[in-house]
Amino acid sequence: MSSEFGVRRQKRKRNKEAENSARRVAMQVVLFSILFFVAFSFGPNRQLDSILRSDPSVDDGCPGLWNSELVSLPAANAAEIPALKGYINDYANMMSPSIRSKLTNELREFERTDSTQIVVLTISSLAGQPIEDFSIKVAEAWKIGQKGKDSGIILIVASQERKMRIEVGRGLEGKLTDLTAGRIIDLVIKPRFKRGDFNGGFVAGVAAVIDATKGEFKADDAIPPQKKKSFSPLFTILLFGGIGLLIMGSFSRVLGGIAGAIGLPAAAYLTAGASIFTLVLFGILGLVMGIFLPFLFSGMGHGRGGMFFPGGWYLGSGGGGSGGDFDSGGGFSSGGGDFGGGGASGDW
Amino acid sequence: MKKVVIYVLGIIAVMGLSGCGYNTMQMNEEAVKAAWGDVEATYQRRNDLIPNLVEVVKGYAKHEKETLQAVTEARGKVGSIQAGANVVNDPKAFSQFQEAQASMSSALSRLLVVVERYPDLKANQNFRDLQVQLEGTENRINVARTRYNKAVQEFNTSIRIFPNSLTNSLLLHLKPKEPFKAEAGAEKAPQVKF
Repeated sequence: MSSEFGVRRQKRKRNKEAENSARRVAMQVVLFSILFFVAFSFGPNRQLDSILRSDPSVDDGCPGLWNSELVSLPAANAAEIPALKGYINDYANMMSPSIRSKLTNELREFERTDSTQIVVLTISSLAGQPIEDFSIKVAEAWKIGQKGKDSGIILIVASQERKMRIEVGRGLEGKLTDLTAGRIIDLVIKPRFKRGDFNGGFVAGVAAVIDATKGEFKADDAIPPQKKKSFSPLFTILLFGGIGLLIMGSFSRVLGGIAGAIGLPAAAYLTAGASIFTLVLFGILGLVMGIFLPFLFSGMGHGRGGMFFPGGWYLGSGGGGSGGDFDSGGGFSSGGGDFGGGGASGDW
Repeated sequence: MKKVVIYVLGIIAVMGLSGCGYNTMQMNEEAVKAAWGDVEATYQRRNDLIPNLVEVVKGYAKHEKETLQAVTEARGKVGSIQAGANVVNDPKAFSQFQEAQASMSSALSRLLVVVERYPDLKANQNFRDLQVQLEGTENRINVARTRYNKAVQEFNTSIRIFPNSLTNSLLLHLKPKEPFKAEAGAEKAPQVKF
């Protein structure tokens, strides 16, 4: 029994190196296939996601070919929604320039004190769709108001159809009820518009909306909760990735390095949609981490890595994710307020 | 060494799960439930408006007993339906809910047509306020339904696309959910009788 064991031991010693390298190759193959599988299975979902939200600007570099027949493009109406320029978006030219700047200042000041964001949009034509449908689409696209507070209001006027609507964010539905909004339209704006006094109608209407919503929210400089949200999945993936790196790295340092160089930017890309530059940075960081992390933790890093594998090669196919923030300049930015169809419509 | 391999496989399995859309599908299902909550809340809002509306109309249009009765009955029917998050997973309950709300809608629109015959009622401030609120609520219902349908579409797609469908059939066993269909009769033009 003992002699048999001895022989086996000797045999193992002799074959150790060959066995080790074979295992290393096998592990590399497994690792690559896993990473590619993960990357690919994430890719199509993200693409689908962006299409469902009808946001054509989000495009990841992953080829999601196998789902293409499921995803027909419904984003037909997206083009009709005008760009958000600021507080006053007078596309139908209904206001005089002086009124425009006066209202802009008024609304900026109101947002500064109350954090409630009121935006005016005039368009020349609704192109046949009901103003309620158009209005909610604009609200969904512009996301007026602060995230979490949902403190946004949009006053929409269609000049050709002679229709208007006050779209109220969810957070303000208590103060500016459908009823109040309806009265502002009927009693404040409508009579002036009927007389042809558009400037007066907008000024009085905006003033009435400000009066109705004053005091609902106070301005504060709290960090938007958005950031916390995107942090948590990244953290989880990093944790799992770190453990994976430790184990990979205990097989070989090259393996750990490669896993780090690919895994870290991949994780960052999938969770946060980082830009190319940060991805490269993450790649280098991951490479270093993959090589040294296991060494630091266990000190059992045998097998000095063979040849050096340049980190970050995966980035070539990564493509640029779209950045998170959008700021339309002039100190104006919309925060991600939610609308639930509250408000009232009217005509003149 | 074997132990390490098992660990590696375990981690791969966990990573693979998130890669196979396990989390995505769960998230999408929760989104559907949340959207359904909004749908229910908006319908409830409409239901709460009905008694006031009926009271106000009664004061002016006593002769329209039938129409008023139809509205009250429809409201009772809607109230008797057991709504809740489980409706989403039960196609039968879902169609029941939809049917009840559709009959409510048609009873209401009949009432609003009848009201046209009573200028005094139309001039009543109370009634006009109710009408604005009703309009607002109908719009909310519309928005909530659209969003629900969108959430359902996203969910249904996410359980059908490739790696997810595998995960679903092996682990989650989620069924596709029903979207709202256009209300029955909405495609027909309303009849006008003189």
